[in-house]
Amino acid sequence: MPVTGYELTHLQMLEAEAIHIFREVAAEFERPALLFSGGKDSIVMLRVAEKAFWPARLPFPLLHIDTGHNFDEVLAFRDHRAAELGARLVVGSVQAAIDRGELTEDTRPGASRNQLQTPVLLDTIADHRFDAVFGGARRDEEKARAKERVYSFRDEFGQWDPKNQRPELWSLYNGRHRPGEHIRVFPLSNWTELDIWRYIAQERLEIPSIYYAHRRDVVERDGMIVAVTPLTPPRPGEAVVPRQIRYRTVGDVTCTGAVESVAATALEVIAEVAATRITERGATRADDRVSEAAMEDRKREGYF
Amino acid sequence: MAELLRVATAGSVDDGKSTLIGRLLYDTKSLFSDQLAAVERTSRERGDGYVDLALLTDGLRAEREQGITIDVAYRYFATPRRSFILADTPGHVQYTRNMVTGASTADLALLLVDARKGVVEQTRRHAFLASLLRVPHLVLCVNKMDLVDFDRDVFEKVKEEFRHFAAKLEIVDVTTIPVSALGGDNVVSRSPSTPWYDGSSLLHHLEELHFASDRNLIDVRFPVQWVVRPRSEDLPDYRGYAGQIAGGVLKPGDDVIVLPSGLTTRVAGIDTYDGPVDEAFPPMSVTVRLEDDLDVSRGDMIARPNNQPTVGQDLNLMVSWMVDAPLRRRARIGVKHTTRSVRAMVTEVCYRVDIDTLHRDETVETLGLNDIGRIALRTTSPLCYDPYRRNRGTGSVLLIDESSGATLGAGMVL
Repeated sequence: MPVTGYELTHLQMLEAEAIHIFREVAAEFERPALLFSGGKDSIVMLRVAEKAFWPARLPFPLLHIDTGHNFDEVLAFRDHRAAELGARLVVGSVQAAIDRGELTEDTRPGASRNQLQTPVLLDTIADHRFDAVFGGARRDEEKARAKERVYSFRDEFGQWDPKNQRPELWSLYNGRHRPGEHIRVFPLSNWTELDIWRYIAQERLEIPSIYYAHRRDVVERDGMIVAVTPLTPPRPGEAVVPRQIRYRTVGDVTCTGAVESVAATALEVIAEVAATRITERGATRADDRVSEAAMEDRKREGYF
Repeated sequence: MAELLRVATAGSVDDGKSTLIGRLLYDTKSLFSDQLAAVERTSRERGDGYVDLALLTDGLRAEREQGITIDVAYRYFATPRRSFILADTPGHVQYTRNMVTGASTADLALLLVDARKGVVEQTRRHAFLASLLRVPHLVLCVNKMDLVDFDRDVFEKVKEEFRHFAAKLEIVDVTTIPVSALGGDNVVSRSPSTPWYDGSSLLHHLEELHFASDRNLIDVRFPVQWVVRPRSEDLPDYRGYAGQIAGGVLKPGDDVIVLPSGLTTRVAGIDTYDGPVDEAFPPMSVTVRLEDDLDVSRGDMIARPNNQPTVGQDLNLMVSWMVDAPLRRRARIGVKHTTRSVRAMVTEVCYRVDIDTLHRDETVETLGLNDIGRIALRTTSPLCYDPYRRNRGTGSVLLIDESSGATLGAGMVL
């Protein structure tokens, strides 16, 4: 690490802060886990975690809630990364919960499994008695997140109470919790979308191929570009056209839109992101567009 | 590569703070068209008659319904030179705790006054809290200059009024800027309407501010956070102490003392994932290896033998109390200081500070919600601390309710 004049770059400062958070949680909680979806934010988060405990292995497992509607490329990437780190991977399956009859799926057109993730996440947390779960959420993503703490307390139902959050001062985190309660921890709270991409470029992080421009058959729906897949077939009257696209977020296939792009490398994505005028979730996540308070409402119910 | 500057801002509904923030975000291209469109839509639906930029940060349902800001909101913007984290706190009286929270990590406090009203009670209160939390730089924006015809005398009068008050506080660096957030005057670029003003625009000031030397690079302080022991085949005996440097510059070969035990040794090496480093300074997160095999664990403090923090059980604190239940003498509470958590008893409530007059009321026996005051504590085991004025990291504590786990208040070591 080149050091001149005792100054750090903003990425080094954000990384140092995130490493501090990882170590605090590892020291003060019994059973943490790190939510790893194979999405870019969780990939960055995982690299920072690796740095925090190096040269030792991660002192906690990886956790993924698989909706059954994930991009194949992303799942393959998830398994590859876990194996590389020698990390234990815990998977909570929405499909399995549906098959067991614990959840009922909304099969109307346009429905996603986003809502169904929450009960599976909470069950998996309870089954494994996880008391702290790291998530890659950032405060620049959404207005409700802008007010969420780094340590976000959840009651026994996994609920977030925005009006009853502990004040967070300096870098002193209060992790006291009672049995049955858990916290979500967001070490990348202060990172922006651009910071994530800059870090991917700086660290030469491998990310799933769908984050870079590729040709795909798509339809335009409600102003969003939606890939044609077995789960998201074209609707009557929609024109299927091949376009050069990339994904800015990779969630459930059924509710994640793409953007037109020619960016084939992290540096090219940075140039596009720096010039863009629409937020990442606003452009491409149907689940956040339901209402002004869509994210707050889902978080109150136990969403990440 | 860009640096990171943390800014705390506070203000009331009418002083134009939201407009100023909106302008900073928009003019640095950190505000996106869909966010702006959503705000315009909501303002129209509510029949506001203007675009209420507070809606950008007021993300919670209750806030939008009641038209108030409840909590600290974090905003991000960047220029090619610097990245900025803006902790935006509401200006209501009852939210002192939010201002204290936002100011605790800030390099700079941004205050706004209405040029027509000048320094008001709230301005004094915010300046006092910024000074209490030892935010090293303060910018006073004299806003709505357009409504006083960009009159230099008005600006000078407000500036002098504030200077007079700030002299009673410990604020090192104050900059006063005449702005019109609505018109963008002196926000991003210098305004032709204020030819008599020869200082920087607000954004230029934020970009150029020298703040690297605000950190304490003299007193080595390394609170041990986590012990790294891989116990792997290739590293069977590796033992490193992980933590974030809280002060000073630590180098391999340095003589060090481990506190509170008092054992001495030398730094064998300083490791990071990206390779060993020759020097570690705040706020780097590193792993320190020591030459001797000592008993070192989380909560211990590594310092230099000739420059040690105070090791003791009796602390005098300035406290910001953040809950309804009052703080009383003999209360038993939890204390978190650096990476060490201990129990403590309040031995004395000394006085409460009236944050409007700065008067000390020594007759009080308790501190209530949003009160600021001085207390004395005795801890069950020793802490390794410095005065807050010397080091924000090793001079700050959280006060915690032992049964509910709630954060009760924040304390700064005197």
